[in-house]
Amino acid sequence: MSSLIWLPFLPLLGTLIPLITARFSRTACAFMTAALPALTLFLVLTHAGDIFQGERFQAALPWIPAIGLELAFRLDGLALLFSILILGIGLLVILYARYYLSAKDSIGKFYSYLILFMFAMLGVVLSDNLIQLWFFWELTSISSFLLISFWGHKTEARKGARMALTVTGAGGLALLAGLLILGNTVGSFSLQDVLDSGELIKASANYPIIVVLILLGAFTKSAQFPFHFWLPNAMAAPTPVSAYLHSATMVKAGIFLMARFYPALADTDLWFMIVSLTGLATFLVGAYIAIFQHDLKGLLANSTISHLGLITLLLGMGTDLAAVAAIFHIINHAIFKASLFMAAGIIDHESGSRDMRQLNGLWKYMPYTATLAMVASASMAGVPLMNGFLSKEMFFTETLHQASLGSLSWFIPVLATLGGVFAVAYSMRFIHDVFFNGEPINLPKTPHEPPRYMRVPVEILVGLCLVVGIFPSLVVGDLLFAAAEATLNGPAPTYSLAIWHGFNFPLLMSVIALLGGLYMYHNRHHMFKFQAQFPTSDPKLVFEGVIQSLTNRASRFIAFTENGSLQRYIFFVLVIAIVMTASTLMKLNATAGQRPEIPLDALSITCAVLLCVSALATVLWHRRRVIALLTLSVVGLIVSLAFAQFSAPDLALTQLSVEVVTVILLILALFFLPQNTPKESSPRRVVRDLSLASLIGGVVGTISYALMTRPLDTISTFFTENSKTGGGGTNIVNVILVDFRGFDTLGEITVLGIAALGIYKLIAKMRLYMPSSDGNGLAWSEDRYPILLAVISQSLLPLALLVSAYIFLRGHNMPGGGFIAGLITSVAIIQQYVAHGVDWIKTRLKLDYQIMIGSGIGIATLSGLGSWVFGHTFLSSWFDYFYLPVIGKFELASAMIFDLGVFLTVVGATMLILANLGQLTTSERPTQKEHD
Amino acid sequence: MEGLYAFCVGLLTACGIFLALRGRTFSVVIGLTLLSYAVNLFLFASGRLKLNAAAVLGESEQYSDPLPQALVLTAIVIGFAMTAFAVILAMRARADLGNDHVDGTLPAQPGDASKKSGGSQ
Repeated sequence: MSSLIWLPFLPLLGTLIPLITARFSRTACAFMTAALPALTLFLVLTHAGDIFQGERFQAALPWIPAIGLELAFRLDGLALLFSILILGIGLLVILYARYYLSAKDSIGKFYSYLILFMFAMLGVVLSDNLIQLWFFWELTSISSFLLISFWGHKTEARKGARMALTVTGAGGLALLAGLLILGNTVGSFSLQDVLDSGELIKASANYPIIVVLILLGAFTKSAQFPFHFWLPNAMAAPTPVSAYLHSATMVKAGIFLMARFYPALADTDLWFMIVSLTGLATFLVGAYIAIFQHDLKGLLANSTISHLGLITLLLGMGTDLAAVAAIFHIINHAIFKASLFMAAGIIDHESGSRDMRQLNGLWKYMPYTATLAMVASASMAGVPLMNGFLSKEMFFTETLHQASLGSLSWFIPVLATLGGVFAVAYSMRFIHDVFFNGEPINLPKTPHEPPRYMRVPVEILVGLCLVVGIFPSLVVGDLLFAAAEATLNGPAPTYSLAIWHGFNFPLLMSVIALLGGLYMYHNRHHMFKFQAQFPTSDPKLVFEGVIQSLTNRASRFIAFTENGSLQRYIFFVLVIAIVMTASTLMKLNATAGQRPEIPLDALSITCAVLLCVSALATVLWHRRRVIALLTLSVVGLIVSLAFAQFSAPDLALTQLSVEVVTVILLILALFFLPQNTPKESSPRRVVRDLSLASLIGGVVGTISYALMTRPLDTISTFFTENSKTGGGGTNIVNVILVDFRGFDTLGEITVLGIAALGIYKLIAKMRLYMPSSDGNGLAWSEDRYPILLAVISQSLLPLALLVSAYIFLRGHNMPGGGFIAGLITSVAIIQQYVAHGVDWIKTRLKLDYQIMIGSGIGIATLSGLGSWVFGHTFLSSWFDYFYLPVIGKFELASAMIFDLGVFLTVVGATMLILANLGQLTTSERPTQKEHD
Repeated sequence: MEGLYAFCVGLLTACGIFLALRGRTFSVVIGLTLLSYAVNLFLFASGRLKLNAAAVLGESEQYSDPLPQALVLTAIVIGFAMTAFAVILAMRARADLGNDHVDGTLPAQPGDASKKSGGSQ
């Protein structure tokens, strides 16, 4: 079933078509845009027969199976129903929009957004994975934002789009949280697994949280009370968008979600209370507000809210028959409401107004459109022979069977009938106020019938209203049955789709609704007068106010935390670190562990005292920078001694040589920086920082002590055992570096090279003042290169290089290796720079340090790639022993080539940094010109 | 010995953090250097302290844990690169902004101008 994977992506491909074909005529663009959705609809319909037989199509491409991420689609009855609605109504909207949009509007952009939305919506209904479903869900929010703000030059379009995105986006986040908890509870993100685990979910302690979060997502999307206010404001969108998104598809996504998770979440008291009461409230509030709207689209939007509430109420009732009624009403509402929006768009388009106080008596000007609109309105009101009547009858029947509110259960059918009365009243208003009721008042244009093909989509939909209304089981029987089975994840209940069920209560309720509605409409003037007493509150203003106050609060918070002070940021980070580590440490019972300690000796104590004294001296004299630097280097030396004492000769050598280059680097830097630090910390800040520093020091020391006094459980046994046999060397540390963890080392020398190049670029354009005296005002010595130093260092150079070659070669078996040898070589070369100056070196030592870094990393990488030639994995090393006369037995290992790369990179990086920094003090300083 | 070692690590951390919280770039660089000593010693000690047990086959009867050593060895070298980068950045900031405060601007304090010290003759 791989073609199923392609189904939703066909429209995605189609988003490009309108952009390309927009340069042709509008008709051509519309037809070519419609081609791919039409093909998709055809493909979906080819599956319909099998689905009616009870089959279910599923296809998945795994992505990260370990965390349940996959691309998975399913086509079952419910998905089929929604796909037909999305694609079918989508095609009609494409045709309709061709005539609706004016020549000024970019039709390519509009179609492109529309198809993007179609793709997102198809993705939602076809998803077979929770995370994927959420992804498409958010995509519908984004694409609907683009569509609502299509006329971005209008303020209300921008505001409406922002409001819709905020409300549905926030709901989307709640939904994500809910889906994640749901997936974790079930142990799978596959939809089918979730649907099959209904009992498990309802028994879980997380169930209330899951239900509330998922319903928040559904209610915001489907404009349920109290989140309903965004939908009327989204009416700033072009009418084709309202017909598509805000009646047939997007607002049904929330309903779809409730139907989709019906087997997993529904049928509990909690579900009933939340869903049915929200639905009931929305049903009544929407219908009541709709009566008083003067804007045609406002009336339809509020009526949509009301009908969505009706469907929600049905889904909350918990009986199988109610679920069937809900699905049936989804179909019917999509059909009549889309056609009504299109009719409203035609009226707006041909008369220039949507205000029902101006629109009167249009019957004379557009009788054909008026007839279509009246049929659709009758369906909305629930008049017999229309599809709306059938599902409304089912709805009334179900309300009668509710017993969930106990002795108050009779409220539900009474309130349902009241909602029905309102629905008839606003439908009546749509018909009578617009098409009759006198003459038009001050219309911008003289109304007339629309272009022939603009009416076609309305005709088709209104035709469907009648056909479904008269032959329900013939037309939608199979689809409804399959969708009901998919929704219930089990057999559908028996029901009969018939116009006539005899004289019964539901029929009585319909009659009461019809007569009551007519009566209410007849006396509407009293109601308008009553309604006018309330102060008008614009939800848009309230919403903007809430958003504004949120933004202000966020800005104040950001201004407090991000005031541009690095000291404050570091302080916050450290406080968080201390809170998190200290709270964990408190759970540790004893500081000391079982492992015996090494006894103290005099030398260690002396060194430790020296270390502590120099560290404290560094802090104490940190404002006198040269002295701080000297005490700092004492600390570094003792650290390297510590490494030597505790059996880490490689570390001791590395620390020692790094110490030398670091101090040279810092002295060079100090030449250009102020020699002293001004005293500027307030006593309060010093106390604050000292307390925090001591606290963290104490915590780190405690962790270190606790760690060291506990037995070691290490993975290093592997390295010790395989160092000689597998890596061919006895110095395990070096074998780890160049062989076992060679890939890490490759990464590290790359970082080193990048850092050096970054420093090189930073130095390149540096404009520094050349200080002529030190911090105390003493002039620098004129004798820059003392002859004694020059002579000694020159003779030392070959010796130093020899040592470094020795250290390098023996590195595989004895302490040493590329890192240390590289550092020693650098120190030897720096010594020459110090003794002779850059000018002298430049003529004699022609080394390009950038090339050195590059070749070092290159050699290391190539030595790794070399093992591919012999069919081994990257960086696996090879070694063997050879015998030469005079020298004796010796070993060659490919790891040494790698180590050579390390050596070259270390030398290149160190020298690139220091030589360029040192160069700043001489006549060889780079100028702006040289580097541009 | 372990107690003394842990005390030194804690002290170095405290000194490093105190200096890293100062307002001038050079103090911060010194602080970071002290902190990286502390971190290296800390990581090294996670392999436990052992005397006369260099991780070289055939040189001793028992071996210290070579893995933290290998990690710390590269950490020392990278630490140098980081210190170098920080200090050059500090120099560049002073060259471009005219002061060596970590925020790039001197804090507004009375008598501030007289305190702006050194090097810019």
